[in-house]
Amino acid sequence: MLDSHVQSDRIAEILEAHSGLEGPLLPILHAIQAEFGFVPDSAIPQIAAALTISKAEVHGVISFYHDFREKPAGRHVLKLCRAEACQAAFGNSVADRAKEKLGIDWHETTPDGAVTLEPVFCLGLCACGPAAMVDGKLVGMLTPKSVEKLIDEVKK
Amino acid sequence: MRVWLPLDSFALAMGGEEVAAAIMAEAKARGVDVTLTRNGSRGMAWLEPLAEVEVDGVRHGFGPMKVADVAGLFGDLAKHPKALGPIEELDWMKGQTRLTFARVGVIDPLSLAEYRAQGGLAGLERAKGMTKAQIVAEVTESGLRGRGGAGFPTGIKWKTVSEAAGDRKYIVCNADEGDSATFADRMLMEGDPFTLIEGMAIAGLACGATKGFVYIRSEYPVAIRVMREAVEIARAEGVLGAAFDMEIRVGAGAYVCGEETSLLNSLEGKRGIVRAKPPLPALEGFMGKPTVVNNVISLASVPVILSKGAAFYKDFGLGRSRGTIPLQIAGNVKYGGLYETAFGLTLGEIVDRIAGGCFTDRPVKAVQVGGPLGAYFPRALFDTPFGYEEFAAKDGLIGHAGLTLFDDSADMLQMARFAMEFCAIESCGKCTPCRLGSTRGVETIDRLARGDASAMPILTDLCNTMKLGSLCALGGFTPYPVMSAVTHFPDDFARAKEAAE
Repeated sequence: MLDSHVQSDRIAEILEAHSGLEGPLLPILHAIQAEFGFVPDSAIPQIAAALTISKAEVHGVISFYHDFREKPAGRHVLKLCRAEACQAAFGNSVADRAKEKLGIDWHETTPDGAVTLEPVFCLGLCACGPAAMVDGKLVGMLTPKSVEKLIDEVKK
Repeated sequence: MRVWLPLDSFALAMGGEEVAAAIMAEAKARGVDVTLTRNGSRGMAWLEPLAEVEVDGVRHGFGPMKVADVAGLFGDLAKHPKALGPIEELDWMKGQTRLTFARVGVIDPLSLAEYRAQGGLAGLERAKGMTKAQIVAEVTESGLRGRGGAGFPTGIKWKTVSEAAGDRKYIVCNADEGDSATFADRMLMEGDPFTLIEGMAIAGLACGATKGFVYIRSEYPVAIRVMREAVEIARAEGVLGAAFDMEIRVGAGAYVCGEETSLLNSLEGKRGIVRAKPPLPALEGFMGKPTVVNNVISLASVPVILSKGAAFYKDFGLGRSRGTIPLQIAGNVKYGGLYETAFGLTLGEIVDRIAGGCFTDRPVKAVQVGGPLGAYFPRALFDTPFGYEEFAAKDGLIGHAGLTLFDDSADMLQMARFAMEFCAIESCGKCTPCRLGSTRGVETIDRLARGDASAMPILTDLCNTMKLGSLCALGGFTPYPVMSAVTHFPDDFARAKEAAE
């Protein structure tokens, strides 16, 4: 964990870098999350002051969007597509196997902090589903067997 | 030796990066001089990663490639186990009318020189010599309708913005392509980003707008990267500049932000809550200024309309659905991918002839047309021609032209339940029918699943309320998949009852 001074200095830099944008809040939150892996609570008053909006508004935006985390994720994030086209290609059986293998449900992190499992609604890979994204890398045509292998590789 | 291997997400998801690396490693080991171009996808998802090698000036296809198939590309190509022959001669390619996707898969997406050589920027050049009203008239005359799903005439939207008073105006491209079974926006942005940039620049000229935004969903990292690089190139080459410039913005995983007013709020840095209309975004949009909000494919269809003329484009299609539509065929499908064709094919032709049915080789039970808010069509309705009005007449919609095939193992009650569950997860919360109705919908369908037939009139009534009382298409159209499942697949709802008894 970064010390709080370093953290607030870095957030100040991010705010400064986005000062020229129209409607800068989403780009700012993305940049903060890219830096820290989540949006720390302490960032909220700093953002609010810089954009002259209320802390409640900043919190409201963070909580509205699925992407923004209020606490750190596991070391790896496995996103499995739950949308219709992947379901048609038997994505549910892939998801069931992944949950069983990891011993967790959606939005949970394995006790060792290795993997966070998240649903995603469409990666645009609908003609080669079931699809997943592992730490930003796309994977298509998963099977219950291949998702187990994927999890083993990720955990290595 | 000239080789192409797509940078498209389909190819990457199937191991494209590893194949590309293997090609370069093999070339180095053999001392062969290889020029590897990372192109867009030709749309044949089942063949990805699809490598192409130039033989006597003709591009031959090889796929789906594995790393083990790479060495063979340096031997006798005719004997390569994955050889497909000349790419343009494949049935999938020959059957299409590629207007919007003419260059996707053909050119290097980030080469403005190749873009120009393949007819790029001709539309913008022509538009520069026209008045605002002339450009708007040309787009109106082409019959182009919003390809995002609503089907609103693009020219009329532009006219409103063009004639609106405002010290600043904006062109916003909706690239929040969240519907399952749709990937045309993604493929266009990854495979031919300058077409979208050109379309937006033309829209800027037509409407007097100087700034454009592309709002891309965060689930599309490749499209975001390619679009950002393309904008920088276009700026450096003077295509973008003081007269019209643009910015790439990234969404944050909210499906509802594909709704135009919610998208505008998100772009302004707010919660993606739907706005009541009026005022129309065309008059009070981004930052309260007149704003065009168009889908990627709508904007990307504009350059060809301007370069070849409205009459050329209008000549394709049927009824009030003019031009071409990139069909996106997905789900349990043998030959899935993107297929651009004139409106008018029947659903059956698309499903059986083009897509080849299900990969499980079982009968196609249902096709969901138009994404999560689209209706499930049974085989009995496969004679429906692909057009806006034609699908509306069958209580469906074409939406963004995505089609998801399901085989006979699909449980339509579960699919109806999922539609309600998805609506509950993604509802912005502003209007009651959507926010509460979706959760009550899940519960009501669970009652049906337990064999409580008395829940059916409640579900029907709830769907009616959501349809008529919701502020936007999320709550308003969720009844389409639900009620089409109930209407066309009554056995799936009755079976649940028998099971309970």
